[in-house]
Amino acid sequence: MHVPDGFLDAPTSVATGVVALAGVGICLRKARAELDERTVPLAGLVAAFVFATQMFNFPVGAGTSGHLLGGALAAMLVGPWLGALCVSVVLLVQAVLFADGGLTALGTNIVLMAFVTTAVAWGIISLSARVLPRTAASAVGTAFVAAVVSVPVSALAFTGLYSIGGTTDVPLGALAGAMVGVHLLIGLGEAAITALAVSSVLAVRPDLVAGARHLLPQDGDLAMSPRSVS
Amino acid sequence: MSGSHGDGHGDGLHVPGHTVVHHVPAHAALLGVVAFVLVVVATPATEPLAYAGYALLLGAAVVLAGLAPALVLKRMVVEVPFVVFALLVPFVAAGPRVEVLGVAVSQPGLVDAGALLAKATLGVVAAIVLSATQHPRALLLGLSRLRVPDLVVTIAGFMFRYTQVVLDEMRRMRVAREARGFEATSVRQAKVLAQSAGALFIRSYERGERVHLAMLSRGWDGAMPALTDLRRETVRRGAWLPAAVLPLAALAVLTVQLTTSRGLAP
Repeated sequence: MHVPDGFLDAPTSVATGVVALAGVGICLRKARAELDERTVPLAGLVAAFVFATQMFNFPVGAGTSGHLLGGALAAMLVGPWLGALCVSVVLLVQAVLFADGGLTALGTNIVLMAFVTTAVAWGIISLSARVLPRTAASAVGTAFVAAVVSVPVSALAFTGLYSIGGTTDVPLGALAGAMVGVHLLIGLGEAAITALAVSSVLAVRPDLVAGARHLLPQDGDLAMSPRSVS
Repeated sequence: MSGSHGDGHGDGLHVPGHTVVHHVPAHAALLGVVAFVLVVVATPATEPLAYAGYALLLGAAVVLAGLAPALVLKRMVVEVPFVVFALLVPFVAAGPRVEVLGVAVSQPGLVDAGALLAKATLGVVAAIVLSATQHPRALLLGLSRLRVPDLVVTIAGFMFRYTQVVLDEMRRMRVAREARGFEATSVRQAKVLAQSAGALFIRSYERGERVHLAMLSRGWDGAMPALTDLRRETVRRGAWLPAAVLPLAALAVLTVQLTTSRGLAP
């Protein structure tokens, strides 16, 4: 669920806005190392893909529906910096063009759905790359765990922000319980879809999965990339 | 990726027109809407009349822009999941209870939920007016005039373009699945859909690679020529003035409301 206008008070929204600006700046600098003019259109494509997968809505009861956040998928496919950047762009376009997520809550949404999810997911991905056997199965398992953990953590982060700048007087314990419970369910759905999508991309184009780059044969870069012709 | 006017890339988002609202430069419109929503967000929950005033102002903007109310209502659907949450607030919030239709609910929770709904709705409608009166390309240009980094604007532009491509591809794949007798009816079939998502990604990505090679052969150097040209156009002085009307009027409403309610207080 996208945070709308007025849900958090103005100081909190401004603060998350500043954090989002700084974070996007860092992502831009880090991603530029991986991004050349060649990959900008492809980054747009990953963003479009995250946008399309966010349209998969599934019911979570009480008339609410959850949608995929896509942070774990983006981190798995293009790495943390570009991944966070792509999800941020998705949120920007949704706020400006589709009125989904408040314009003044854009910073909050970017911090929660782009930064927290990709950071948690990438932490899990890079950790498991070190300890798990180098097989496609462990990469798929990693994608599952990364997705299932990143979503409730994002919900917890939301509760934290709410405790600082919430505009309604809802008891925190109840909110945290409800948010984490609901988002655990969403996370399971997200995890299933992320893992299956990653496994089918791995089967055909393993070079497109940044989170499984360590699985590729290391004998020279030419072997791995049909794109290097350009 | 033609640059022709009236192309389908807006897909119903942009409602062409020649009203005073349509002619506001995109960057001014963006700033105006953000400033308006900021005033709305800063309004205390205890001033319901101020929200009514904002709603009147926005309504005037919708009428001035010649937008059909049905279109605005239809796009407000994005707010629904949030409305459900706001309706739950009075039941779970702390504070003294009041009876509403025989059910005890939290009184401050009721006030908060009302303000929450009002703020979110005003924000959604303001954003709808923005996206309905500004072409997506103009909005990208506006973002770039507001110094959003080129890389972000370019990714957003590609994303918007590719979304249509990915959705078309998704539709084709669904037709192909249905032609083979498959229809998603239960959770157990999620596997097929997820594999479709994987295939969708690969197909779109490989298409992106081809598009990119085609762009390179036409001289792509990392910046959208159309966007660069547009940015060089000068904006008529004072063209941004109409965009300032909405936030300033909202600010006036807030000031009047705050002073009168303070004056009435014992």
